[in-house]
Amino acid sequence: MKKLLILSTALAGFTAAAAQAESVTVLSWGGAYEKSQVEAYNKPFTESTGIDVNMEAADNPATPIKAQVEAGNVSVDVADVEKSDAIRLCDEGLLEPIDPDTDLAAAPDGTPASEDFIDGSFTDCGVANIVWSTVMAYNTSKVDGSPATIADFFDTAKYPGKRGLRKSAKGTLEFALMGAGVPAADVYKELATPEGVDKAFAELDKIKSDVVWWDAGAQPPQLLADGEVVMSTAYNGRIFNAEVAEGQPFKIVWDGQLMDFDFFVIPKGAPNMDAAKAYLKFATETAQLANQAKWISYGPARKSSAPMVGMYQDGKTEMGPHMPTSPDNLTNALVNDSEFWADHDTELSERFNAWLAG
Amino acid sequence: MSDATMEPTELRTADGLPLKKALAKSQARAKRRAFLLVAPLFLFVLITFVVPIGQMLLQSVYNDSFSKNAPALGQWFSEHPLGTPIDESAYAALAADLKEMKANRTQGEAGTRINYDVAGTRSLFTSTARKADKLEPPYKEAILDINEGWSDPNLWRAMRSASHPYTIDFYLAALDMTRDKDDNIVSVDETRSIYGTLFMRTAILSLVITVLCMILAFPIAHLLASLPLAKSNLLMIFVLLPFWTSLLVRTTSWMVLLQQQGVLNDIMVWLGIVSDNGRLEMMYNKTGTIVAMTHILLPFMVLPLYSVMRTIPVSYVRAARSLGATSWTAFRRIYLPQTLPGIGAGALLVFILSVGYYITPALVGGADGQLISNMIAFHMQKSLNWSLAAALASLLLGGVIILYWLYDRLVGIDNMKLG
Repeated sequence: MKKLLILSTALAGFTAAAAQAESVTVLSWGGAYEKSQVEAYNKPFTESTGIDVNMEAADNPATPIKAQVEAGNVSVDVADVEKSDAIRLCDEGLLEPIDPDTDLAAAPDGTPASEDFIDGSFTDCGVANIVWSTVMAYNTSKVDGSPATIADFFDTAKYPGKRGLRKSAKGTLEFALMGAGVPAADVYKELATPEGVDKAFAELDKIKSDVVWWDAGAQPPQLLADGEVVMSTAYNGRIFNAEVAEGQPFKIVWDGQLMDFDFFVIPKGAPNMDAAKAYLKFATETAQLANQAKWISYGPARKSSAPMVGMYQDGKTEMGPHMPTSPDNLTNALVNDSEFWADHDTELSERFNAWLAG
Repeated sequence: MSDATMEPTELRTADGLPLKKALAKSQARAKRRAFLLVAPLFLFVLITFVVPIGQMLLQSVYNDSFSKNAPALGQWFSEHPLGTPIDESAYAALAADLKEMKANRTQGEAGTRINYDVAGTRSLFTSTARKADKLEPPYKEAILDINEGWSDPNLWRAMRSASHPYTIDFYLAALDMTRDKDDNIVSVDETRSIYGTLFMRTAILSLVITVLCMILAFPIAHLLASLPLAKSNLLMIFVLLPFWTSLLVRTTSWMVLLQQQGVLNDIMVWLGIVSDNGRLEMMYNKTGTIVAMTHILLPFMVLPLYSVMRTIPVSYVRAARSLGATSWTAFRRIYLPQTLPGIGAGALLVFILSVGYYITPALVGGADGQLISNMIAFHMQKSLNWSLAAALASLLLGGVIILYWLYDRLVGIDNMKLG
């Protein structure tokens, strides 16, 4: 009996040690965004489960995922990708399917996960964690007056100075159409027609010689701070960070904001599948998503998280008005249409690149 | 008697082995050892060079993402030549493939391949495959009922050409060409043609950068070669220092210097050379690309030039002068020809490096300072059309090989001295 006891204790100790050594590798985007995930998801996850989380960063996590799964050498367990990539990778069969009701936790009041997320938060292989937005922002010390609409971005006569735009068709063409006066609701309808595309490029032609093109999300705040541009499109979280944490004189114009989701996905053949599923379930719980807003101004994708969003980590900035999902910011907002871009990215990118080089 | 009939005696070693065999044996050992010594290099070159380049070449002509997922259509296309009306049997094959795709979750993969060719068809595959289980004969009606888009003859032409994994379509795309619905090769719409322009621009900018490097490096290398060793070593460190600094650091420091609110513009405004509103645009365009790349590639020109110049005896030019040549003639006819191997090596090195340069133009090139390598990176990282990226890269590789061959014919590769 005593022997058995010793043996079982030893075994239990052994399994505990094994659990301790377990870990999950998460691939995300780096920067302030990664930090928010480490604080809001990873630390509490390790505390409650004992599973270590390795955080890795990529310029666009979808690229290494595609390469790893196709090469059959997967080192990532969970990846944070844009919605369009979540759909594309899923269609290409590179991701594990995720069922919201069995793989995700219900809200604290018992609402099942499938009903607790904002519309468009699920694909067959992914679940949204945050809503982020590309917005127009300007440097208040360099601009006379206060631009209020996306049309002002394209009006260099009224607001002279350089503009920053992301060097990609996706995102830029939508802003151009809204700048030309197309209401957010009709943007993708128009962009699917040749006339609409011409209209977008005509609008871009108006400011072509005044544009500084950016690639990485860290560039627009830098360009604005240097005075290299007076207005730029930018990710709202980066502007918030520059404005609130660094005290830069920036201001966001929410008119014509372009919202998008980030998705958690699990690549096919992830080495620690169980830990990956546990992480996914834990990170998308109501409390964790709400808590993330304490670190970065991206809106939680869960409805039940919204009321729990409180103060920024500085303890004095109310996060509500800085969220893309705040009702005041939604008057002329566009949700990125991933299906549209899956279809037209090739064609429009070709034309955009040709326009850019010409 | 036995002596007379014996064959000429075989030469043997002390332990009785035939000499020939012993020799071969000892040579084999030497050969084996030589091979083992070379083996790491051989393996390294094989693994890091031959295999990836081979794969890239293969990927540019081979893409099975449609053909492997649409066997029934492939069968139909092989039995019915181009021009056959698309009838019920074709739609039946399509329906069978769509059902299969749905079961294997490959509709996106197949659709993506066709979407490279005919824009807007990817969602046709994904949305129709979603309802594939409910498809009943007559299939033509059922499929067109789900989406009218399936009747597009251009789509069927694209599916026919993709039903075979080997294709030159990606090379056509890389040369700004495509096929029309009758399978004729035509140029793409002017608003979408880009790669020809970019190849041209890459060649011209690389040439400009090479010439600039040559003009800048020649006096530096000459100075280095003619100064006493102590001083030239110090100067050499100035040449090598940037070489040892991170590429990104050097590129971003040019951004700080040259941007519109940058150091250089600030100084010129302060001196009154330009007005505050008329600040020069030296960054985020071709100028930025040329300046930054010339600076970064300069050591690749200085070093081979220096190593050649150091070996030229000073007495040759002195002799020419003493025989009555002007200093210009002595330079042109005596000194310059002797530096040619260095110029050739440096120029080839700088040109080939700049043809494939990627990160600097991406950072400082803005819209019109982009090179073909940026487009390759775009297709590798953003559009994920790796076959097109491979085709572009292969064309670039081909161009460089042709240049190398031309150089060999005109100058001779033996004349090159890399240092």
